[in-house]
Amino acid sequence: MARKLMKGNVAVVMGAVLADCRSFYGYPITPASEITETAANLFPRLGRSFLQAESEVAAINMVYGAASTGVRAMTASSSPGISLKQEGISYAAGSQLPIVVVDVMRGGPGLGNIGPEQSDYFQMTKGGGHGNYRNIVLAPNCAQEMCDFTILAFELADRYRNPAVILTDGFIGQMMEPVDLKPVEIEPVDKKGWAVDGTGDTTDNLICSIFLAPEDLEAHNTVLREKYRRISETEIRFEEYRTEDANVLLIGYGVVSRLLISVVDEARRAGKRYGLLRPISLWPFPTDAIRKYIHQVDSFFVCELSHGQLIEDVRLAVAEEKPVNFYSRSGGVVPSTEEIHRAILDGKEEVLS
Amino acid sequence: MKYKVREKPISMPDVFTHKPGTDQQSTHYCPGCGHGNLHKIIGETLDELGVRENTILISPVGCSVFAYYYFDVGNIQAAHGRAPAVATGAKRAQPHSLVISYQGDGDLAAIGGNNIIQAANRGENITVIFVNNAIYGMTGGQMAPTTLPGQHTSTTPRGRSVRNEGPPIRVCELLAALDTPVYLERTAIIDPKTIGKTRRAIKKALQIQKDGLGFSLVEILSACPTGWKLPPPEARRWIEENMLEYFPLGVYRDKTKEERPAEEEYPIEDVAAVLGLDDDTGDVSPDRSGEGEEVHEALKIAGFGGQGILLLGEIIAEAGMISGRQVTWLPSYGPEMRGGTANCQVVLSSGRIGTPLVSRPNVLVAMNRPSFEKFAGDVTDGGAILYDSSLIQDVSAPAAVSEFAIPATQIAADLGNTRVANVVMLGAYMAINRSMGRDAVMKSIAIHIRKKDLLPLNEKALHKGMEAVKSAAVG
Repeated sequence: MARKLMKGNVAVVMGAVLADCRSFYGYPITPASEITETAANLFPRLGRSFLQAESEVAAINMVYGAASTGVRAMTASSSPGISLKQEGISYAAGSQLPIVVVDVMRGGPGLGNIGPEQSDYFQMTKGGGHGNYRNIVLAPNCAQEMCDFTILAFELADRYRNPAVILTDGFIGQMMEPVDLKPVEIEPVDKKGWAVDGTGDTTDNLICSIFLAPEDLEAHNTVLREKYRRISETEIRFEEYRTEDANVLLIGYGVVSRLLISVVDEARRAGKRYGLLRPISLWPFPTDAIRKYIHQVDSFFVCELSHGQLIEDVRLAVAEEKPVNFYSRSGGVVPSTEEIHRAILDGKEEVLS
Repeated sequence: MKYKVREKPISMPDVFTHKPGTDQQSTHYCPGCGHGNLHKIIGETLDELGVRENTILISPVGCSVFAYYYFDVGNIQAAHGRAPAVATGAKRAQPHSLVISYQGDGDLAAIGGNNIIQAANRGENITVIFVNNAIYGMTGGQMAPTTLPGQHTSTTPRGRSVRNEGPPIRVCELLAALDTPVYLERTAIIDPKTIGKTRRAIKKALQIQKDGLGFSLVEILSACPTGWKLPPPEARRWIEENMLEYFPLGVYRDKTKEERPAEEEYPIEDVAAVLGLDDDTGDVSPDRSGEGEEVHEALKIAGFGGQGILLLGEIIAEAGMISGRQVTWLPSYGPEMRGGTANCQVVLSSGRIGTPLVSRPNVLVAMNRPSFEKFAGDVTDGGAILYDSSLIQDVSAPAAVSEFAIPATQIAADLGNTRVANVVMLGAYMAINRSMGRDAVMKSIAIHIRKKDLLPLNEKALHKGMEAVKSAAVG
C-alpha cells in the first residue's frame, strides 16, 4: 500500500488504473482537466488506450466503441461537457453497455463558471438524455472515495451492464488529500459474452439500442426496468453521522456533506442534537434510510449547491410528514459553516422551483 | 470466355436472424438501391481476405442502420454521425480486429462531419465505406450535404440553392487535404464495370487495414430510386448523367507503398511502477512525533500568483500527512491561477476533517498586502498571522491574534533567490506550531522541489525562517 497526497481528480485515474480500465477518452474542461491529463500521462505507459477526442461527443462515443468490445472504458468531464455527452450515455444505457462517466460539476446554466456547483443532480440521476433509463450515480466526498468509488463504479457498471457515474464537484476534484492506494482484486465478470471483440466467438453478438417494433422496444424497456428495480434493491449506499439521537437530520452530498460534518460537530459542542445523513448513491436514492428518521427527528434540513434538486428526492421520501427545510447557494459560492448554522435556525422551507 | 461464379459469402448468413418479421431471406432495401450490391461486395471481400471472424461492423443511422442484419460478423450500431468515433474506440481496444465504419452521406458529411475528419486526420486504422446517394433515404428524401445543386428534395422543394444551402460537399477531395489518410477512392455502382472497380477498391481498403497501414475510405456513388423518385434503371443512369460531373470518380490518395505498420511507441510498465505503489510517501519512516496529540490547524495562505503560494500549502499538507495527520489542501483554482492573486486553504488535524473550507483560519500566511487586508480580520482569537514584512508594512493584526513579521523576501534575496521566500515562511510557521516535524517538512520539500540541486538552498531558507520567527513577534 502507498499513501500519497493527491487531488481528487488524480485519484479518479488511480482508481481507474487499479480497476483495469483499458480505455480513456476525454476532452479538456475546467475543473475536470486533471483527470484527462493524468490519464494522458499514465495510460500509454501501461499499454492502455488514451486519446484526447475532438469533442465531448466524440469522447463518449469512443467510450461506447471500446466498451462494446468488452474492455473497461471511461470518460470524464464537467457540466457543459456532460450535457454534450448525454446522447452517448442514453445510447450506452439503451445498448446496456458498462461505461464509467465522471462529472466534476461546475456552475451553470450555459457556460456558467468554473466554481463548484451541484446543479447536474437532475441530469445525472433523472436521465439527462432521452428515453427510460437510469445511471448508477455515486457521490464521493473526499479524494480517497474518488479513487475507491471509481473502482466501485466499474464493478457496478459491469455487474449490471449499465452506465455508472461519479458525480462530484470542483472542490472535491481540486482538493488534495491523502489517498491509500492498494492493488485491487478485479471482481471476475463472467466473460463478457455479449461483447463484440473481433474474435470468432463473438460474431453472433450485436450491440444496439434500436428495436423497431413497438412490442420489442417495450419488452426491452421492461428488461431495463427490471434491472433498475434490482439495482434499487441492492445498491443503495449512504453514511450516517451522529444520528443516533438526532432531532434535526441534515442531508447533503459531496463537498456539502463535508461542511455538514463540521456543522454537526459544532452544533453538538453547543448542545444541539444534529445528525447527518449523506446519500452516497444518488441513484438509487436512500429513500427508506431517510424515511426511517421521520418518527425520530423534528425536522429535516437539506443543503445543496443547486437551487432545489436534491430536495425533491428528500421530499418524496419524507412526504408531508415532517418539515423539510432548505438552504442552497449557487454560482460557485460555497456557504460557510456559520451561514449554514444560521439557515438551520431560520428553518426556511423556501425552494426556488 | 471464363465465368467466375461467386457463391453466397459465408460472411453473410443464410437467414437474417437479427431481422424482425417473417421475411428473413431478403433485405429491407428498396429495389435498385446500391446498398444491396455493396453489402454483397463487402461480404465476398471479407471471405476472400479470410477476416470474417475479426470483423467488427459499425452500422450508422440512415437506411443502413440495419446493415447488421446482413453480416455474420460482430456488429455495433452507433449514434448518428458517430461511427468514426465508435470505430476509433473499438479498434484501439481491439487492435487485432478489422473495423468497418459503414456510413451514408448525411451521417458522415453532415452530422458526423467533424468525426470523420478527425478520425481520418489521426490515421485511425479503420476502413470507411461511404455511401453517397445525394439524399436522406431513411427519413424520406430530405436534402443531404451531397445533394446536387438544383436537386429537388422534400426540404429543397425548389431545388437545392447553392446560395442558401451551399454547394455539395466533396468528401474525398476534402479528406485529401489531410496528410494522414492512406487511401481515398471514389467509385460508383452503375454497371458491371463500375461495380468491379468498387469491388477492387473495397478489397484494397480492407487489405490496407489488415496490413496495419492506416486510414482508408471508399466513397461509392449509389442510387436511391425511391428518394429520387426514379425507376431503378433510370436511377443508375441518373448517377452517370448528373453525379459524375460533380463527383469525379478516381483515386484521391494512395500512400499504400509508402506506409509501414505503426510500431509501439512506449515501453510498457507495470501498474505498481506507474502508480508508485511501492514508493510510499506517507508510511515509509513517517515522523509520528505529533501522534496522539489533539491538533486542528486551519491555514489560509495567500499572496500573488508566482510567489509559490499553492506550493507552500502543498508542502505543509504533505508534511502534515507524513507526520500522521489528516490533511486537506484546497486551492483557489481557475483564472486566478493565471496571474493576479492566489490563495489556498490547508487543514491539518488529528481527527476526521469535516469542511476543507477555511473561512476562519487560526493561521494566516500573508505574502502581500491585499491578502493581509482581506483575511486578517477572519483569523480566530488566539490565532496567528505570519506576513512577509519585506512587502507588507504598517499593518496591524486584530488584538487577540499573534503577529509575526518575517522579512521573507529580503531573507530569500540574501540567500540569492527570492523564489524561496515561501520556504522562509514555511520555516517560520514550522517554528511556531507543533503539528509537523522538521524531518517530515524536509521530506515534503524533497518531494515537491523537482530540481534536486536546489534542496540545500531550500534547507537554508527553512532554517532562516525558523530563526527569523524568534525575533519576529510584533507587539
